[in-house]
Amino acid sequence: MSNLTRWQRPELAVWPAFDKLFGLRDELDRLFENPFGDWTRNSQLLSVWNPAIDLFEDADTVTVKAELPGMKKEEIEVSLHDGMLSISGERKSEQKYEDAQTHRSERFVGVFQRSITLPAAVKGDQVKAQYKDGILTVTLPKAEEAKRKQIEVKVN
Amino acid sequence: MNSSVAKQEARKDAVVQNEPKNYISPEVNIFETKDGYILEAEMPGVNKEGLDIALEANTMTIHGRRTPQDVKGQALYRESSPADYRRVFELDPAIDTGKIEAKITQGVLTLHLPKSEAVKPRKVTVND
Repeated sequence: MSNLTRWQRPELAVWPAFDKLFGLRDELDRLFENPFGDWTRNSQLLSVWNPAIDLFEDADTVTVKAELPGMKKEEIEVSLHDGMLSISGERKSEQKYEDAQTHRSERFVGVFQRSITLPAAVKGDQVKAQYKDGILTVTLPKAEEAKRKQIEVKVN
Repeated sequence: MNSSVAKQEARKDAVVQNEPKNYISPEVNIFETKDGYILEAEMPGVNKEGLDIALEANTMTIHGRRTPQDVKGQALYRESSPADYRRVFELDPAIDTGKIEAKITQGVLTLHLPKSEAVKPRKVTVND
């Protein structure tokens, strides 16, 4: 008699009825069996990282928010050119844990790049960017000529 | 930082699709070492105050509330969803739930779930 405790296969991830169980190995197998299936949906190997971007505007400011969890601010680049704001960066391969077996790997790794056309001219030297809670917020004050001006109507 | 452990009402088959409120399921990485599990979940916009981790029987629910947006102006274009994050996991019984640790940085929750000592391989001394 060697073991006193019963060995159980660890099952950590949830299996709600509609979720498919994908290990990375399964995905690779699936990729070869069914090249035209819906492997793009969940496959890390082939999909592109497209972080969600929001664009806001008020009278004086244009604000752009991007969802970029788990990055360091040095890994994010923001640039402004010709009325377009570009956000790009790279998430390096995640920290490897020693002797770890991967059960699920859904987080994206790699480069991303998004550009967005701004709705108004902005003052390039006063643009600020802040990265908090995984969200990058870029605040762009509008250039004077882009602000809406009230024109007074005179009646003679 | 410790996780907050709260009692939940019993729920049958917590399949997220059946919940009345819309939640987003955060993307996770799950690793296993001989000492325990590590789970990373992406929840941008969530910080320590908005995070809730509940353990019940052998399931663990992570629930992240986004901090309210304080952006001036109206939205011209939105891709992000204002919904909260939620995901339920079934835990390996080998996990020592009293020792689970959580921390959240820049929208990524990292959970360490150590296996209980009793399950790790160890030698038993034989008494005469």
